[in-house]
Amino acid sequence: MDDAPVRAAILDYGMGNLFSVKHACERAGMRARITADKPEVLGADVVILPGVGAFGDAMEALRRLDLVAVLRDVAASDALLVGICLGMQLLMTESAEFGRHHGLDLIPGDVRRLERGAGAARVKVPQVGWNHVDPAPGRSWSGSWLDGVPPGACFYFVHSFYVRPIEASVVTSTTAYGSGAWCSSLQRGRILACQFHPERSGRHGLQLYRNVARLAGCGTTRPWLKAQG
Amino acid sequence: MTVRLIPRLDIKGPNLVKGIHLEGLRVLGKPERFARDYYEQGADELLYMDVVASLYGRNSLIDIIARTSAEIFIPLTVGGGLRTLEDIRAVLRAGADKVALNTAAIHRPALIREAAQRFGSSTIVVSIEAIRRPDGGYEAYTDNGREATGLDAFDWALRAVELGAGELLVTSIDREGTGQGFDVALTRRIAQAAPIPVIACGGAGRPDHVLDVIRQGEADAVCVASILHYERVRAWQHTGDQFEEGNTEYLRSKRGLSTIQDTPLPDLKAWLAAQGIDCRQEREIAHG
Repeated sequence: MDDAPVRAAILDYGMGNLFSVKHACERAGMRARITADKPEVLGADVVILPGVGAFGDAMEALRRLDLVAVLRDVAASDALLVGICLGMQLLMTESAEFGRHHGLDLIPGDVRRLERGAGAARVKVPQVGWNHVDPAPGRSWSGSWLDGVPPGACFYFVHSFYVRPIEASVVTSTTAYGSGAWCSSLQRGRILACQFHPERSGRHGLQLYRNVARLAGCGTTRPWLKAQG
Repeated sequence: MTVRLIPRLDIKGPNLVKGIHLEGLRVLGKPERFARDYYEQGADELLYMDVVASLYGRNSLIDIIARTSAEIFIPLTVGGGLRTLEDIRAVLRAGADKVALNTAAIHRPALIREAAQRFGSSTIVVSIEAIRRPDGGYEAYTDNGREATGLDAFDWALRAVELGAGELLVTSIDREGTGQGFDVALTRRIAQAAPIPVIACGGAGRPDHVLDVIRQGEADAVCVASILHYERVRAWQHTGDQFEEGNTEYLRSKRGLSTIQDTPLPDLKAWLAAQGIDCRQEREIAHG
């Protein structure tokens, strides 16, 4: 690890507020660029896939900008790929949001709509606000990209859908809302993703950005990362 | 899921202002400074409302958004005078996370649908400014509670949901700035019918007002302003750390403020938690 700042590429495909992501990267010491330029994306240490909006529209935009193959290349490289909110959902195999859509298929699993529930358990969809994030059963955050975050800390969510990874081992945290407790963050090798918005979740969110910067500087030589991949 | 507490900052040109019934605005100081303090004190979100919304003030609003967004890491909603998709795009580009629409959406409801499609439903907050009618109904107003529309506030709320609003900000103009408590009936009626989150606004003078609108009003989030702002102004005055622009004569005379109980956010949240309300108990470090 040298002294050059970690280079983050925030993928600009027309979905969502990228400026708060950029500010958070910079606060964590990274040099961040909002870009859709392929060489720039492929040259980055960290590629962030943000996103707000509809799954189908987002995949369409990625295809139109010819970024699907670029993201697959990133996932196969030593760079970190970070999916946030809709960006997390896009990593999955498929989504049932307004019809069936294929995702990037980098994390096996699907995307489901939050259920409103009934009676006293009834909730509003979308979930908008701060909710508790707990370690997945039997899981410690030590060494993961949630390292340093107190279990049960609150993060800011805005979403109507959530992911269901097939491999339980990739789930780093769960959050309870509507449809029981579901996967609110995951880590699979060099792919990290969360349903909440760490750039809008105060100091615990910034801790995740700092962890990303640190992991980006660590390459793939860390044994715990290999063990998970 | 926690209940959100959202400081509302009314903005006129470069200044934070506060009125009563959204009128008689007093200048309190620079909004960025209040925003930073509220962020550090654990605000769950911030709402900037441009209450004059003149074209002249646009650039200064964009600058305020940009400066705020770079140093606070919680959601920022911006409303007031947003008329077109281009206006919305400009404040989002400056760093806002969500926009609040009222006047333009009432004049042309399709704006809600277009904005939701373009920027995502969760980005679009529809702001409803309501005044109670003698018959017990509520009428929606535009232009910061100045213009009657003839629209029933409840019908308009449901229409906004259909059009794709992600949240509803429900302000009682009757209560706004008075410190006499929220219009719980108004909030409850909309919160029970709307499948999306409802933010209650207007009337917080004491912590128990906030509790009432959460418990009885079923609000998903609550805006507070006076109970925070005047405390900040007094605290800064006390340390001699005061900005020159503000007319602070009202603080000495205490005129019109007898219903407002200064309540810093951490105190408000701790008190709500003691009443059994799940709310986020965090302090932030602005430059950490």
